[in-house]
Amino acid sequence: MSNWKLVCPLDHIPRLGARVVRRPAGGDIALFRNADDEVFALHDKCAHKGGPLSQGIVHGRRVSCPLHGWAFTLADGNAVAPDIGSCDTFRVKVEDGRVFLSI
Amino acid sequence: MKKMQLVLVGNGMAGIRTIEELLKLGPDLYDITVFGAEPHGNYNRILLSPVLAGEMSLPEIMLNDLDWYRDKGITLHAGCKVTKIDRARRRVIAEADDGSATEAGYDRLLLATGSTPFIPPIPGRELRGVLGYRDIADTEAMIDAAGKYRHAVVIGAGLLGLEAANGLMLRGMDVTVVHLGEWIMERQLDEAAAGMLQASLEAKGMKFLLARDTEALLPASGEGEARVGAVRFRDGAEIPADLVVVAAGIRPNYALAESAGLYCGSGRVRGIHVSDTLQTVTDPRVYAVGECVAHRGVAYGLVAPLFEQGKVCANHLANLGIGRYEGSVTSTKLKVTGIDVFSAGEFGGGPDTEEIVLHDRQGGVYKRLVLRDSRIVGSVLYGDTADGAWYFQLMKERQDIHELRDHLMFGHSFASTRLGDAGHKGENRAASMPDGAEVCGCNGVCKGTIVKAIKEQGLFSLDEVKKHTKAASSCGSCTGLVEQLLASTVGGAYQAVGTRDKPVCGCTEHSHKVVREAIVKHRLTTREAVFGTLNWKAPDGCEKCRPAINYYLISSFPHEAKDDPQSRFINERAHANIQKDGTYSVVPRMWGGLTTPSELRAIADAAEKYQVPTVKVTGGQRIDLLGVKKEDLPAIWADLNAAGMVSGHAYGKSIRTVKTCVGAEHCRFGTQLAMDMGVKLERMLFDMYAPHKVKLAVSGCPRNCAEAGIKDVGVIGVDSGYELYVGGNGGIKTEVAQYLCKVGSDEEVMEYAGAFLQLYREEGWYLERTCHYLERVGLDHVKARVVADGDSRRALHARLLDALKDARDPWQTSREGDRLRQFIPLALEA
Ligand code: SRM
Ligand SMILES: Cc1cc2nc3c(=O)[nH]c(=O)nc-3n(C[C@H](O)[C@H](O)[C@H](O)COP(=O)(O)OP(=O)(O)OC[C@H]3O[C@@H](n4cnc5c(N)ncnc54)[C@H](O)[C@@H]3O)c2cc1C
Ligand code: SF4
Ligand code: FES
Repeated sequence: MSNWKLVCPLDHIPRLGARVVRRPAGGDIALFRNADDEVFALHDKCAHKGGPLSQGIVHGRRVSCPLHGWAFTLADGNAVAPDIGSCDTFRVKVEDGRVFLSI
Repeated sequence: MKKMQLVLVGNGMAGIRTIEELLKLGPDLYDITVFGAEPHGNYNRILLSPVLAGEMSLPEIMLNDLDWYRDKGITLHAGCKVTKIDRARRRVIAEADDGSATEAGYDRLLLATGSTPFIPPIPGRELRGVLGYRDIADTEAMIDAAGKYRHAVVIGAGLLGLEAANGLMLRGMDVTVVHLGEWIMERQLDEAAAGMLQASLEAKGMKFLLARDTEALLPASGEGEARVGAVRFRDGAEIPADLVVVAAGIRPNYALAESAGLYCGSGRVRGIHVSDTLQTVTDPRVYAVGECVAHRGVAYGLVAPLFEQGKVCANHLANLGIGRYEGSVTSTKLKVTGIDVFSAGEFGGGPDTEEIVLHDRQGGVYKRLVLRDSRIVGSVLYGDTADGAWYFQLMKERQDIHELRDHLMFGHSFASTRLGDAGHKGENRAASMPDGAEVCGCNGVCKGTIVKAIKEQGLFSLDEVKKHTKAASSCGSCTGLVEQLLASTVGGAYQAVGTRDKPVCGCTEHSHKVVREAIVKHRLTTREAVFGTLNWKAPDGCEKCRPAINYYLISSFPHEAKDDPQSRFINERAHANIQKDGTYSVVPRMWGGLTTPSELRAIADAAEKYQVPTVKVTGGQRIDLLGVKKEDLPAIWADLNAAGMVSGHAYGKSIRTVKTCVGAEHCRFGTQLAMDMGVKLERMLFDMYAPHKVKLAVSGCPRNCAEAGIKDVGVIGVDSGYELYVGGNGGIKTEVAQYLCKVGSDEEVMEYAGAFLQLYREEGWYLERTCHYLERVGLDHVKARVVADGDSRRALHARLLDALKDARDPWQTSREGDRLRQFIPLALEA
């Protein structure tokens, strides 16, 4: 089963930053890159009030939402305690400096 | 790698807090074993008083239940008393309640054995019904006695004694408090406050016998076996007593340590002697914290200093080696519902002190501040203790109060605003608010929710309350109220964190002050260098510290340090304000609030072309285009740039607006060209980043139509020149700007305003507005650097101009090269 789709070269996502992937059917995906060049993909919609997580600040393996500062673990999309909630995650891989998403 | 073994002796508040701090710093460093003589998890000893008073129950005061130890992989031996420490073999030997023995080896040992109630050698002290007041067992014994007997005598009218007496009284006993001293709580209160306190306790039914020396406790005649029945005084008088609670002080519990050869002092200063790293002076493998410790000759009996010790101790146990414990200033608060008493420091005063006293006998309010050299060194408050935390903070931070002196007595809200306060900082008596009252308006959090969280989750600090309840975590205007709730709920255990030494965030121990100074002193020009030099705990920090450090770097080394967009909040990265639906707002600069028909036409065209849903005139004299899609930003900026407009920085911790009135250009009263002056200032400051946003205003005469009195820098034209005001704020904490000086020419306005703002840029802490900065450093400091010293002023102004010399419009530069990328969404390949 190879439903991997090429998204962009790794260096088109800034370190400790993110890019937005637009899906034709709606429901943006946020693609994050951390300091260790790990890449994560989350539904670009905060579990709190739907803020665009792609516009947040990435630190460690977390992102803080730009609207009210909830933090989420990038790997599993779960809110960091004491906040509760989670965001959908997507499978993502980096090969030869290129980022692929599986959706 | 095999983990090191850490053994904790004493499963109480100080020991477990140290372990919690240690787990935060290094969760995997040690295998941890805890011995506790009491058969419970760790509970909030402080709240034994409300339990005795029937206001709380035992399960409510547990801080760490048995599941907690299990989850953290900690071996707990509860009900197991350590009887011997073998330092040569590095083992501790313990005996359980059932007589069985347990042993454990250690690489590091932490002693936190607390203290024991001091029971003076009075004949009869071994009788049944004679108790100290220390733990759950004592509390249960008192509750039990209250159900069966009538007469209680409490020996000692200190904090503990009065709380015990109050609890027993509420449980229906007839309570007499016997005290050796001339007045009650003499170690915390002066005579006047003590008298008022005594009167209100008497009004509740408590009886007092002062200056009485107890000679003996006598057995009850009726009861066959030896239970206490009466108390006899040296003067021969006797009173009935079915229960005697001895609260005559506590003694550090150092017997175990002493038997292991650890130095525990002699004479008056007894306790396990530790250094500033909380290591015992005898054996560096052995640490000690809490009431069992003597540090620099002081043994503390309140939680707050013990928690500070725990923090430092954990840091050293985690091998980080930062931080010294240098002793604490403490404050106390009596936890008797309905009565407010607060004291701190040298409340008694001395020959070289002055005092300010407010005494309203009828109203039941007494306040006394003790000052030395213009600094608060002590305070006693009775009846209205709302400002206790504020006085205490001023005292701890050794703040010079001479500018506040006239209104110091009237409390924080009055002293800081005098004109009313949109925020709730000034609200008094959090304690008397109903549970349903809303405390935090931003997040809709009520008093009841906060108090419940404080009690149930064992919260002790403002930060913890913010995290768990969200109260005070947005605009912060309710911070003062939340602090009051903490103070009234946890008593003396709450200590306001001095803003001065508060860590920047959870990634570091260091304060803004330390970080700023280190950057300048060691010429650190990159974030990596800062994190390395200061041992940051998280490799790339967090959303709180990164923006702060980025600002410190670029403001300290303007053309050398590189700005890091990923360390900026989204608004500053996108040069527009994010809206709740993820769209952005665009505010072009209108210098001094002036515009032209062609600019307005370009704005109108852009609004139509990009289908901007809302066009609004802002409170800052310009026009906001709200609801622009992120991918449209570069194009709309290009259109506005083409019409000669640039970014209004409505999004930045930066120069925002210079508001002007029509001034002498048009107005029949105008004395100065306000619009012209405003435009000049705004052009000078273009693209200036600062610790927080900066707003100015210029009015042409004292009628002040530009509202210069609530701006960071306010300029008011008068016939002979301009008056300059600084540190005003129209936001969360309405603050009237303070008069700085008067100048004669436009050039001087630019030089003085520029120098003041540069000083703020160099000395302000990130997210500190000018009004907070001024409150911290004092207007005198600013006057000395900006008004009195011409060389200093010119140098500051020159540094500002140098930092801004090649400023470019961010709407232009963010369209160049790679920077454009963030605005373009990615598409998936088919
Ligand atoms: C647009 C505007 C409201 C309006 O429609 O009039 C506005 C909008 C916002 N203000 Fe404001 N403020 C606006 C004038 C003001 C004023 C009045 C003024 O500037 O004369 C004040 C009080 C004066 C002052 O700052 O001292 C004001 C005090 C605040 C504060 C409280 C600041 C404080 O230190 O107390 C905040 C919160 C903050 O900055 O942390 C804030 C924050 C905000 C934010 C940025 C909230 C946010 O972080 O998203 C709002 C952005 C909305 C948006 O997306 O555009 N806004 N805000 C005004 C823009 C003025 C401009 O042209 O730049
Ligand atoms: C009723 C009451 C009200 C109080 N109110 C306040 C207040 O309002 N504000 C405030 O700041 N402070 C208050 N305090 C004081 C506060 O509770 C103490 O300062 C704090 O608990 C001390 O912490 P610690 O860890 O040093 O000692 P503790 O909390 O006493 O813990 C020490 C533990 O070590 C155990 N232990 C001792 N020896 C051994 C051994 N050999 N082996 C195994 N275990 C051992 C003890 O059983 C105990 O459980 C109050 C205290 C009491 C009793
Ligand atoms: S624009 Fe300002 S006052 Fe209005 S809701 Fe936003 S932050 Fe609050
Ligand atoms: S929408 Fe993300 S924190 Fe509120």
